[in-house]
Amino acid sequence: MFRTLTVLVENNPGVLTRVASLFSRRGYNIDSLAVGQTENPSISRMTIVVEEGDKVIEQVTKQLHKLIDVIKVSDITEEEYVDRELILIKTDADPSVRGEIMQIVEIFRARIVDIGQNTLTIEATGDEGKIRAIIEALRPFRIRELVRTGKIAMLRGSRFNTVENGN
Amino acid sequence: MKQSGAQILIKCLEEEKVRAIFGYPGGAVLDIYDALYDSSLKHFLVRHEQGAAHAADGYARATGKPGVCLATSGPGATNLVTGLANAYMDSIPMVAFTGQVATHMIGRDSFQEADIYGITLPITKHNFLVKDVKELPRVVKESFHLATTGRPGPVLIDLPKDVCQEKTDLKYPKVSQLRGYRPVLDGHPEKISEAAAAITGARRPVICAGGGAISSGSSEVLRQLAELCAIPVTTTLMGKGVFPENHPLSLGMLGMHGTKYANYAVNECDLLITIGARFSDRVTVRADAFAPKARIIHIDIDPAEIGKNVQVDIPIVGDVKRVLEQLCQVVQARTETEEWSAKIREWKDKYPLRYHHNGKIKPQFVIEQIYEVTGGNAIIATEVGQNQMWAAQFYTFTKPRTFISSGGLGTMGFGLPAAIGAQIGRPGETVFNIAGDGSIQMNIQELATAADYKLPLKVAILNNNYLGMVRQWQDIFYNGRLAYSDISGPDYVKLAEAYGAVGMQVTRPEDVRRALQKAMQVEDRPVLIDFLVDRKENVFPMIPPEGTISKMLEE
Ligand SMILES: Cc1ncc(C[n+]2csc(CCOP(=O)(O)OP(=O)(O)O)c2C)c(N)n1
Ligand SMILES: [Mg+2]
Repeated sequence: MFRTLTVLVENNPGVLTRVASLFSRRGYNIDSLAVGQTENPSISRMTIVVEEGDKVIEQVTKQLHKLIDVIKVSDITEEEYVDRELILIKTDADPSVRGEIMQIVEIFRARIVDIGQNTLTIEATGDEGKIRAIIEALRPFRIRELVRTGKIAMLRGSRFNTVENGN
Repeated sequence: MKQSGAQILIKCLEEEKVRAIFGYPGGAVLDIYDALYDSSLKHFLVRHEQGAAHAADGYARATGKPGVCLATSGPGATNLVTGLANAYMDSIPMVAFTGQVATHMIGRDSFQEADIYGITLPITKHNFLVKDVKELPRVVKESFHLATTGRPGPVLIDLPKDVCQEKTDLKYPKVSQLRGYRPVLDGHPEKISEAAAAITGARRPVICAGGGAISSGSSEVLRQLAELCAIPVTTTLMGKGVFPENHPLSLGMLGMHGTKYANYAVNECDLLITIGARFSDRVTVRADAFAPKARIIHIDIDPAEIGKNVQVDIPIVGDVKRVLEQLCQVVQARTETEEWSAKIREWKDKYPLRYHHNGKIKPQFVIEQIYEVTGGNAIIATEVGQNQMWAAQFYTFTKPRTFISSGGLGTMGFGLPAAIGAQIGRPGETVFNIAGDGSIQMNIQELATAADYKLPLKVAILNNNYLGMVRQWQDIFYNGRLAYSDISGPDYVKLAEAYGAVGMQVTRPEDVRRALQKAMQVEDRPVLIDFLVDRKENVFPMIPPEGTISKMLEE
């Protein structure tokens, strides 16, 4: 099962290595990891998607906690949250199929950001479901290249996932 | 007044009340050594940086205070690696300082540059690369705090040469403020009552105490709980000495080479109370068949240990000593204790640890003699292999911090430098290193250190001319194909004398005691005794790897 963890860490050099090597050393599977500074420049937030069972997730969470540079770990999988991912897809697109691709792009409210002789580059943002769906929709046209940022997530409403606020 | 980074470092160490530094100089730490020259801090010059790390480790184990070591960049730093990994596996508080090339030289493969920060990430509790001298006091404060609190462990600070030279004002912080580090100390009251009820209701309880019970200083409260509720106590290798092994409730050590009665008791118990231990595979042997009839209470300061190797029923995260105190306050004595006690007595009578005399020097006999000659009051360091297991089995440990042995990493070459650290930390005590002939050759150079500082420590080599534990496994599991386990050594008497130590060789059982007594009389230098022991002796009982108690091998 996929689990979404948001992890607040000290914005120190080496913290990404610490987290990444923890995953590789203990053999946990990372699906995606996105990291960047938060509203507080001394803190970074990582959104980590892990594909593991409950027992392993418990260990992952505890091992993350054990890192001194990790300030807070929350498993938000069961919570109400907004999540987004940005992807770029370069697909084969000779003139005969361009119209069809543009329709798909329209439906997903994605954008065409570049055109090559026989290719189109599409930018899409969305939650997990939407990203999966657009990839599937474009697959028949032959996807040549795909880049994704990894998922970022935030709790809904007036609930916060910051150092100051609750667990 | 502005001071250099190196001077600031020394001041910080004085603030931390560091009494001993084990180290070895080199280009990148010359500023630190220069600052040491004016300091009252006592520095001990080892002969190899691995020796410095193990000596700091042994010092910490024997005293409970953090061990400090210092090495230069590059090879000096990499020589510390085994020592750090060793301390990390056994949760020993240590602070290691390494020199580093100047900040503007980092990343250019400069002379004697090694990424020791990267190398030691997975084998330290935490580590730092200091890039600005202004951060140095805070980093030192945090390092000592991290090393000694929560689950203890080694911390490394990498110090570029220019940071040691740069000048600034020293402001040593009073406390460290790490928002990502807040060890839980008190046990959760609900879990405490749950555990207390489980203990009172248990018919066949067993306590298993590990290294965490020693590092938290829990011997007394542990004994109180055990006696109050008549619970037999076994210990892991790391827990040796936390509960007196001559106590009627003691089961000695459990696990692969544990006593038969400890393993029987754990196998039959209905409640296992594991205290400051981590269910290592040398204890459980087969985790899914460990304590099969028991509910398990697991008390540990490190939440990540809960459920890591073995599923537990009542986890209590907290400082072991505090949790035990909390437990003692609420637990009610058990009422029906006699049946289980009788069973334990029966096992202890029926299956004592034993060995047979055959006219040769039995290694176990040497250990027993060391126990007698020292009145059981010595600090015993060990190397790794059969010597270590026999020391654990045949010396009766009654006090914490008297058994100093590499548990998790199993590092040959640990014993001698660790004994040096222990002797320096506790100068009035008798310190023995029980060694194998293979292991002693891994850090034999430290005999020079011991002689230099006139340390009266004793090295007892159980010389079987084998990598004995390897030979034992080859005999049992590899059809006696002894591939490269037959090892030779030097003339140890000459060697000892060459280093300025006293050397003796003992070849007959009847001379063992006299040699030991003679060794006890030497007070101004190390003594090394080469005991030529029965070569083919094995360590028993033994539960083979992945085996269960029913597969136990005996002599
Ligand atoms: C640094 C290191 N290398 C290899 C080993 C593997 N090993 C474990 S026990 C052992 C033999 C130890 O021989 P010796 O010191 O003579 O002790 P004995 O078992 O004979 O008492 C070896 C090679 C180890 N534990 N540590
Ligand atoms: Mg040997």
